[in-house]
Amino acid sequence: MADSTDMTRVTTGLVPEPLDPALEAQLAEIIDSHRAMPGALIPVLHEAQELYGYLPMPVLERISAGLKVPMTEVYGVVTFYSRFSLQPKGKYRIQVCMGTACYVKGAEALLDRLREVLHIDPGQMTTDRLFSLDQCRCIGACGLAPALIVNTEVHAKMETTQMDSLIAELRAKEGR
Amino acid sequence: MKRLQNLADLQAAAAVTEAAASVQVPHGRLRVLVGMATCGIAAGASPVLDVFRSEVQARGLGNVQVLSTGCIGACRLEPMVEIRAADGSRVTYVKLDAAKAARIVQEHLVEGRVVDEYTIGKEDHRPQSDHIQQARSLEATSFFGRQFRIALRNCGLIDPESIGEYIARDGYAALGKALLKMTPVQVIDVIKQSGLRGRGGGGFPTGRKWEFAAAQSGPLKYVICNADEGDPGAFMDRSVLEGDPHSVLEAMAIAGYAIGAAQGFIYVRAEYPLAVQRLGLAIRQAREAGLLGDNILGSGYGFDVQLRLGAGAFVCGEEIALITSIEGQRGEPKPKPPFPAIKGLWQKPTVINNVETLANIPVILLKGAAWFTAIGTPKSPGTKVFAVGGKIGITGLVEIPMGTTLREIIYDICGGIPGGKRFKAAQTGGPSGGCIPAQHLDTPIDYESLTALGSMMGSGGLIVMDEDNCMVDIAKFFLDFTVDESCGKCPPCRIGTVRMHEILQRITAGEGREGDLEQLEELAGNIKLASLCGLGQTAPNPVLSTLRYFRDEYEAHIRDKRCPAASCRALVRYEIDPERCCSCGLCVQSCPVAAIHGSKGKPYLITRDYCIACGACAAKCPFTAIHKH
Repeated sequence: MADSTDMTRVTTGLVPEPLDPALEAQLAEIIDSHRAMPGALIPVLHEAQELYGYLPMPVLERISAGLKVPMTEVYGVVTFYSRFSLQPKGKYRIQVCMGTACYVKGAEALLDRLREVLHIDPGQMTTDRLFSLDQCRCIGACGLAPALIVNTEVHAKMETTQMDSLIAELRAKEGR
Repeated sequence: MKRLQNLADLQAAAAVTEAAASVQVPHGRLRVLVGMATCGIAAGASPVLDVFRSEVQARGLGNVQVLSTGCIGACRLEPMVEIRAADGSRVTYVKLDAAKAARIVQEHLVEGRVVDEYTIGKEDHRPQSDHIQQARSLEATSFFGRQFRIALRNCGLIDPESIGEYIARDGYAALGKALLKMTPVQVIDVIKQSGLRGRGGGGFPTGRKWEFAAAQSGPLKYVICNADEGDPGAFMDRSVLEGDPHSVLEAMAIAGYAIGAAQGFIYVRAEYPLAVQRLGLAIRQAREAGLLGDNILGSGYGFDVQLRLGAGAFVCGEEIALITSIEGQRGEPKPKPPFPAIKGLWQKPTVINNVETLANIPVILLKGAAWFTAIGTPKSPGTKVFAVGGKIGITGLVEIPMGTTLREIIYDICGGIPGGKRFKAAQTGGPSGGCIPAQHLDTPIDYESLTALGSMMGSGGLIVMDEDNCMVDIAKFFLDFTVDESCGKCPPCRIGTVRMHEILQRITAGEGREGDLEQLEELAGNIKLASLCGLGQTAPNPVLSTLRYFRDEYEAHIRDKRCPAASCRALVRYEIDPERCCSCGLCVQSCPVAAIHGSKGKPYLITRDYCIACGACAAKCPFTAIHKH
């Protein structure tokens, strides 16, 4: 397991980094194929985020120009909806369900434990870019509460001890 | 499936699927249905399905058909598999894994012996229901036997990825009947007479909504399916979308015909990837079969459906916010009127119905309004699906006639509270609803009765809480949600809920003051009165209803600095029982702040000033000597 001291918090500001040129053509195609669609902005943002993992500023600028939607409006929409992220996410994106059923069954204890183990708060990413932590809205797996999602996989009826081994397992898989 | 040109084609398609299912084969035909909704998959249904598929193929069991199906309904028992024989007998296996599945293949499918120990009756050891222990199938249990399934009629029964299976169960027959044998006015009349009310929360009569939109002139109108099921704790719409997506498409086409719309949108949460995928597949299949698109079944009427994904904003469940989101903007509500039926999407007349409401429509058209009004109560006919969760024996989806009591749902159907704990409250209506205490368990449920109790129907989440849940903390949890999800457009909701949340935070931290409760009530009244949309107008409900029924708990927090449920961390004290302590020292090792001290041979002690009440010691203690107060 990694030493906890080397996993300092990540800044919350925007991380400027060069765009992957290989994805540029795909982004252009996404924008082109939606040009005639009324109300295209949100579907385009969904696909762009799928492509890059998050929505960096240069991508937003391209979408703004491509769809002829003012940048203010694009930014307004991105910051309104919680699924859109201006910051990169970890390789393993952990989302703890904070729905009612999970909450009454101890989701907060899960989140506290993750904070402790990963040394980050919800909304942040570890410096090694391996994990990011978020709370999420009810994922509808209330029968299996408390639940959390790692990337797309739902982990049901989690307990803090199970979670420790899950994190350890993922770290081991990455050789940390 | 080839394009269906007319009603005869539709009937022929149904006959083909039925015939394929009833062909006589040696040993009788068996249908293995593996529950593959989100919860089934999370519980481990995929490896189970793989074992059944590969083993059945490897052993050449030609009489066995392995299918994935939607939510069977009893989430706690997932992964679940149902095996149905041609004679109609059913066996339900629960809590399966790959090894158990392999044994079922050998014993049940090959040798014809039911593996009793994995059946639902054996897994469900509840003392009060002896008969359940003999039950081999879900149908025979009290959980299922008392339900009446209309909206969930196909969930767990058919393969949601096969349009043929839907058609074989009268799918698209209601659309055929509407398009070819009824006028739009007749369709609206049937829905009006049925008394169907919106299942998304408000309870507005669906037929009247359609009538308003139909009365508008102009060529462009829209039908929207609200599948933005945002209430935490509600997942019935997800189950319908994952388990029976065609029922929603069929109902939307019927609504389109009734009001004169040619285009529909389904606004579905991006948090439901499986529902999105199955809806997309269903739309493609329906287009291919000519059940969406131009000239449906030779009627001359055309209708098509597009999917739009939500992006994580609770307020978008509000109809006008949803419309602005489809238009590509921030999902903010606007003052009503005009209502969407008059001026909706892109300023055109628009009907918005929720998933469960729509799932009722085809059945009502086929069976008639009189059949529907015979179910439920006079003011709220039909059934309601509840997603029952929290501290309850069987978590899952329960569809019951309106007028059923909470006690019947919680104790008779879902098996009561586990662990011998005492029932405290049932929360309905999500962040817009309230907590209903034990003295009202016998109230028959309908829209009006729940509102009178200070809660509301909402979309049907029902979270059960026991004596360990703090009602002040629950109220804070819901306000936390509304504070976060307030869109920020109107100040009463944006600022008022934050102020209420601050007071609750103080109370649960042990810093409550005299006058806090009065201030909460005053704020709540103003927010209800002055907010722009339903989200804000109902946001104070969780606080008001807990204040109404559990005021003593609030007062204990404020005056005695005590949390009666021993749940609020700042007010909880841990103590070591000297009688039980064997001074093993495990608690000392587990304490993150070194608040425990002592020596071998004598009972240990916790220093209150250092203790952060994390509970780590109590969890580690092998002698249960550490108690929370």
